[in-house]
Amino acid sequence: MAALGGGYFKTSYEADLALVDTRLRRVALGALVVALLVLPRFASGFVLDLVSQAAFAAIGALALNVLTGLAGQISLGHAGFLAAGAFTTAALVERGLVSPLVTLPATALVGGVLGLVVGMPSLRLKGLYLALGTLAMHHVVLYAAGEMQARAGGNTGFTIPPPRLGGLVFRGTVAWYYALVVLAALVLLLVVNLQRSRAGRAWMAIRDRDVAAASVGIDVARYKLSAFVWSSVVTALAGALFAYHRGFVSVEAFGFFVAVEYIAMIIIGGLGSALGAVLGAAFVTLLPYVIDALVAGVSPDAAQYYVFPAKFGAFGLLMALFLLFEPLGLVGIWRRVRNWFALWPFRHRPLRASS
Amino acid sequence: MAQALATTLVVASLYALLGAGYVLVYRASRVLNLAQGDLLTLGGYFLFATAATFPGAPVLALPLAAALSALTGVLVYVALMRPMAGHPVFAAVLVTVTLGILLRAAIVLVFTDRTRHPLQNLGLSNPPRPLAGGAVVSTFDLVMVGAAVAFFAALFVFLKVSPLGIRMRAAGERALLASQRGINFHGVFALSWALSAFAGGLAGMIYSSNVRLEPSLGILGLRAFAVALVGGLDSLGGVVPAALLVAAVEVASVRWGNPLLSDVSPFLCLLVMLLVRPWGLFGTKEELERV
Repeated sequence: MAALGGGYFKTSYEADLALVDTRLRRVALGALVVALLVLPRFASGFVLDLVSQAAFAAIGALALNVLTGLAGQISLGHAGFLAAGAFTTAALVERGLVSPLVTLPATALVGGVLGLVVGMPSLRLKGLYLALGTLAMHHVVLYAAGEMQARAGGNTGFTIPPPRLGGLVFRGTVAWYYALVVLAALVLLLVVNLQRSRAGRAWMAIRDRDVAAASVGIDVARYKLSAFVWSSVVTALAGALFAYHRGFVSVEAFGFFVAVEYIAMIIIGGLGSALGAVLGAAFVTLLPYVIDALVAGVSPDAAQYYVFPAKFGAFGLLMALFLLFEPLGLVGIWRRVRNWFALWPFRHRPLRASS
Repeated sequence: MAQALATTLVVASLYALLGAGYVLVYRASRVLNLAQGDLLTLGGYFLFATAATFPGAPVLALPLAAALSALTGVLVYVALMRPMAGHPVFAAVLVTVTLGILLRAAIVLVFTDRTRHPLQNLGLSNPPRPLAGGAVVSTFDLVMVGAAVAFFAALFVFLKVSPLGIRMRAAGERALLASQRGINFHGVFALSWALSAFAGGLAGMIYSSNVRLEPSLGILGLRAFAVALVGGLDSLGGVVPAALLVAAVEVASVRWGNPLLSDVSPFLCLLVMLLVRPWGLFGTKEELERV
């Protein structure tokens, strides 16, 4: 932040490749990792569960962000991918194949095929039409899942036993906390690296202008499909995690509103930014609990009547405000605040305003 | 069979009113209004409120509720859609999603989520009517068909004959050219939104009188957008045949297939249409691009 006159200079390839480039950031990241590691010692089960939920949402949001934020392909069917993953796992467990070593690869496979199928129309369709196609897909997947549930689960849903690996049984708040946080971190690392790889740059080129992307030699069809497949594989795996984590799978958990929530996460967080997806996921996950506490604090009697519409309304209002006034999302706000402090007393960064 | 035909006609009327709402808005703002279903719900609750204010006076309550619906459309355009001009289409569509969420939250806050029946306050009844061929429909089923026919007839006369209607068609065709010819396209677009919300509200008032009124009626709207796409997103004329088609598929799939299919059959129509003819039966073709 010091070199105001001429921007940053990186003097080695290692420095150019590094994900964490300044000492301050290294220290901050280290502190965050330590905090997350020791959190179970101090926090209650409720807090741990909240963090787990946010981490779970972050996995889905990161996957959607690759598709919508990086590759620019609008998907209103994210809940459909989740449902496909969860119900694949449920179907396998129902047939006695309970080992995650079987269910997870199978789920990934189903997710990949579904992503390929849903991605096909993106070769012909754009924008609104594509969004409609993904929305229709969402309803078709939910119909299939509902049919399966009606046939097998006795109409209420499927119970999933906790996953076992060898002699190790995965259950309890703390175990799931570590698992979800670690997995979310892994997906984050993957996405950050993907962003700067050939695929990520190809996706961004297609998002910005597909004709130009094709003219510099990017195979548009292949990369569009790969974005769909990548996103749906990760989301389907998240769906399998959902099944194992909750221990229960039912169609009601995957309505259209869930897809809207995921879109809200990447919009509120900041479209196209991995950090934004994580921030947005945390924000959207925690918002209902904050409002719960607020409404209960203001008037405990009225709480039971007003909590639901208040949550719903605040969610809609925030999403609308971000869309109208802050299209860059939380990440945009964060960058502005950071730059304001870093540059004070000046107002603008000299040149090359990067990340 | 006569019953299936009658049901198809009734469902098609509901879908046609909602589909007209989608197309009117699409022609004005190039946006798919995913809150159309919640505008339907809102129309129902407007009727519930006006009927409670003027009990036993449907002559007063019905026009007032319709006017409130139309006014909502204008407000939505001015407050939400005009600021979104120039933003990506996706963002504008998401704004309509949030509008739907806000409307639903507001409805639950004001009216709670109890199931209501506005008909009780209006002082009207809804007796079943036998038709030729042994089919039976309710009175408000007939009202729905009549309202759809009347709305479309009035809309076509308005668009074909009146100067304002011709301006609206011009602005829907190419807003920039229209504005250069001196057409106040903001006014025209606001009117489009008003008409769209009016159509949705009308459908909602009749549906809620006929069946029931609850905040989750909005899902009807999601199904009806298949109609708009099948007919062609920018084609008002396509709405009627598309509504008949989608309703026929839905009724047939329930009658001869699986009742669960009724929720998904409009979307299957939509998927088939996207694969075969993405611009719809009567839509403008050049809006598509290929890779």
